[in-house]
Amino acid sequence: MKLGTLMRTGLVAAGLVASAATSAFAQAGDTIKVGILHSLSGTMAISETTLKDVVLMMVEEQNKKGGLLGKKLEAVVVDPASNWPLFAEKARELLQKEKVAVVFGCWTSVSRKSVLPVFEELNGILFYPVQYEGQESQRNVFYTGAAPNQQAIPAVDYLMSKDGGDVKRWVLAGTDYVYPRTTNKILEAYLLQKGVPKEDIMINYTPFGHSDWQSIVADIKKFGSAGKKTAVVSTINGDANVPFYKELGNQGIKAKDIPVVAFSVGEEELAGIDTKPLVGHLAAWNYFQSVKDPTNAEFIKTWQAFTKNPKRVTNDPMEASVIGFRMWVEAVKKAGTIDPDKVIDALVGIKVPNLTGGISEMLPNHHITKPVLIGEIEGNGQFDVVWKTPGLVPGAAWSPILDDSKNLKADWTKPVNCGNFDTVANKCIGKAAK
Amino acid sequence: MHFLRPLSVLLSVLASLALAGTVLAADLATLVGNLTSGGLSEREAAITALAASGDERAAPILEALGAGQLYTRTSDKLVVIGKTDGNRLALTEAVSGKPAGSAVEADLERVRVNNRLRGTIEAAVGSLTLMSPNARVRLNAADALFKRRDTSALAALDQALAAEKDPRIKRAMSEARAAIVLATPDSPPAQKLAAIAVVRDRADRDSLGILKTVAAASEGEVKTAATAGADSVEQTLAAWQMAQNVWYGISLGSVLLLAAIGLAITFGTMGVINMAHGEMVMLGAYTTFVVQEVIRTSAPHLFDVSLVIALPLAFLVSGAIGILIERTIIRFLYGRPLDTLLATWGLSLVLQQAVRSIFGSSNREVGAPSWMSGTFQLGQLNITYGRLWIVVFALVVFVALILLLRKTPLGLYMRAVTQNRPMASAVGIRTPRVDALTFGLGSGIAGLAGVALSQIDNVSPNLGQGYIIDSFMVVVFGGVGNLFGTLIGAMTLGVVNKFLEPYAGAVLGKILVLVFIIMFIQRRPRGLFALKGRSVE
Repeated sequence: MKLGTLMRTGLVAAGLVASAATSAFAQAGDTIKVGILHSLSGTMAISETTLKDVVLMMVEEQNKKGGLLGKKLEAVVVDPASNWPLFAEKARELLQKEKVAVVFGCWTSVSRKSVLPVFEELNGILFYPVQYEGQESQRNVFYTGAAPNQQAIPAVDYLMSKDGGDVKRWVLAGTDYVYPRTTNKILEAYLLQKGVPKEDIMINYTPFGHSDWQSIVADIKKFGSAGKKTAVVSTINGDANVPFYKELGNQGIKAKDIPVVAFSVGEEELAGIDTKPLVGHLAAWNYFQSVKDPTNAEFIKTWQAFTKNPKRVTNDPMEASVIGFRMWVEAVKKAGTIDPDKVIDALVGIKVPNLTGGISEMLPNHHITKPVLIGEIEGNGQFDVVWKTPGLVPGAAWSPILDDSKNLKADWTKPVNCGNFDTVANKCIGKAAK
Repeated sequence: MHFLRPLSVLLSVLASLALAGTVLAADLATLVGNLTSGGLSEREAAITALAASGDERAAPILEALGAGQLYTRTSDKLVVIGKTDGNRLALTEAVSGKPAGSAVEADLERVRVNNRLRGTIEAAVGSLTLMSPNARVRLNAADALFKRRDTSALAALDQALAAEKDPRIKRAMSEARAAIVLATPDSPPAQKLAAIAVVRDRADRDSLGILKTVAAASEGEVKTAATAGADSVEQTLAAWQMAQNVWYGISLGSVLLLAAIGLAITFGTMGVINMAHGEMVMLGAYTTFVVQEVIRTSAPHLFDVSLVIALPLAFLVSGAIGILIERTIIRFLYGRPLDTLLATWGLSLVLQQAVRSIFGSSNREVGAPSWMSGTFQLGQLNITYGRLWIVVFALVVFVALILLLRKTPLGLYMRAVTQNRPMASAVGIRTPRVDALTFGLGSGIAGLAGVALSQIDNVSPNLGQGYIIDSFMVVVFGGVGNLFGTLIGAMTLGVVNKFLEPYAGAVLGKILVLVFIIMFIQRRPRGLFALKGRSVE
């Protein structure tokens, strides 16, 4: 019975392997797993890879401080490869198979929308670190990037002020997808409310990765020669920005003639351009690398040491990731457990220092308070902060400017416990609103 | 500069009259001191005061301020102008103009300005340099005043106008004067009417803006004249806009041509659907980046010829990789278009990720050599040197390729193999070798395109993806296997696109072009110029 012995040895071997595996699993059980759901390949890798590194760095820092609840943190990195349905699959893998306590991830709105049902179904926790179009609040998601009232609206207010140039005529230029479309809808409503006539607003959409900007920039120039001070509000997506700014420079549009304020252009995006012709164009964010503050200086130092690159830049979504991570750590400490329901409840009201010298707080609508800064591009690829809000601005999930959402509020604390509570009808709309 | 002194004194007297003698007492040092202290509005007052002082030494200080080169030294609070000199800044004392050693940026504090101040500075420098002995500076000054329409500069402008000899500058100055007159609400109507005529004759976008503002803000005769003026300017501009669209179209067409011409060889003459074609373009762009990096670190004086050096290297890199791909993958798949498509598609992903792993996922900066930056004016047309060179380059590549195919033995073999492979093989042409060389040639030309595209697009791993669809469109539309078809196809698509964009928007414009091509292909499945004759399918 040679075969039998062989099989028996095989079984024993398999048993050994299996027991080794379970012991490894038992060891893994002594750590708290942190999921990272950022694209490491494909079109979005350009922006998201950095955020993966930031979370890895935060995990390492936390472990140096002795971990959390007496356990070490363990990062689980997956690559959804800029593929929206794959985001949902990978989220499921993180929550079901890896049993992570929290996930930091997503960049584009469509990837966030794709994972929402998964987090709802499996009761996970997602920290979303990018500025977005608002009009959403979900119990399992914490939005640490800016809502429109923390970026777009203050930027327009600044341009309308005397310091910003007293702008009367507006070009809303964006890439053709959900974030620019919703933001521009809000901005248009806001401008009309402020008494800007309709003919003084030009809205222009371009496809992803648009690279030939000659005629659009000429159009903007034409629109700007009506004798009124004109500005461009740009929601143009990352990659298309470089040729856009190059064309502005080519056609001699200087910031002092027609300033461009961008919501998606940060230090990382500027790293690929010669910024000398762009000096004076603006960006609105909640963080700039150039902000002079001890916490920021410390963060930049740690980051450059972690990436072993003394020239590595920092940007706004990185700060949002950091704030999210710190808030989660504090909430877990407060709750004393990683149980999602308890952590979700504990998160509201958590306050942690942000990197610009203030203290950000997690609000009941799962958005946070942040300062709004306007920076002018400098010749060295950094931003010079020319204006900032006097205090921190609380993030609004629903825009009070749009008719569809002016009566809605989000509040995930008792007794409301609803992401889209209609304050007029006094009831929770629930999922029907989607 | 002996004649400038009395004038500047005169100017400062004039200005001080306006400011009730406050400036007269203040000397340059105090004024410059004011510039660096206080907030933005104090700084603006200081700039205006400096401009009103009429002191010619103030102009370089203000220029430095506008360019972000004015600093206070942390150690002794001295106001200095810092010019980049390697890693350090070479300093000159702002007030006296004496050299003040050098420093690193950390030891200095920059005097900050914002957009509003930059505008004020532009006007101030303009009014201070109207009398400069340098004609170019005077012209710039007049242009700056035209744009800023700073009422307080009117007196200085009148002075300068009286002294000016150069007719071109004189015209610019009178245009600036007219603009200021029109911007002053209480100037007499007769003056305004004359000013409207001057501004109307300038006939550009800026003058249109001025006339429209005047038409909206005034009444009676002035309003009529301004409206008529604006209309006539608009007509002139509409004609120029046509020309501008054609130029933009040609420029886009030349980019398409560059991207597609390599494909016209591999797809057009060999019939290989090469989805990795865009990645060959990307490799060319990255070669340019590497060349520039090497030049930056080891031979900065060669920067202006970096693209010229990059051209043959990009051709070799992309060409060699092309040959490698042909020898290792594609040659096993001849006659199986679907398999080729999938294999090259996978290959394109591999190449993208490889570049991402080597160079990182963020964009890389490829600089423009000096002869490719800047613009020149042709009537109301703004033509950038970069775009112009790309058009020229695309045509040169095209002609060179035609010559290669028509006049060299290799070209002859290629055409022979394309037209009738078995027959070519029968007369002793080594068809596998010709295949490899043809594929290498197509890929090498894609590499050349990458050098050109590095000037106008992102140098990122995704560079090629953006062009692959457009390239196929051009080749199919122009007629597979016909290089002239590719030229005409690229130019037609470029011009059509640019004429559609202003009306339909970029997104819809692109869709319309696609629909147009689909319909066209339905009608003429073999493209604009189909290969006729004895070619064997």
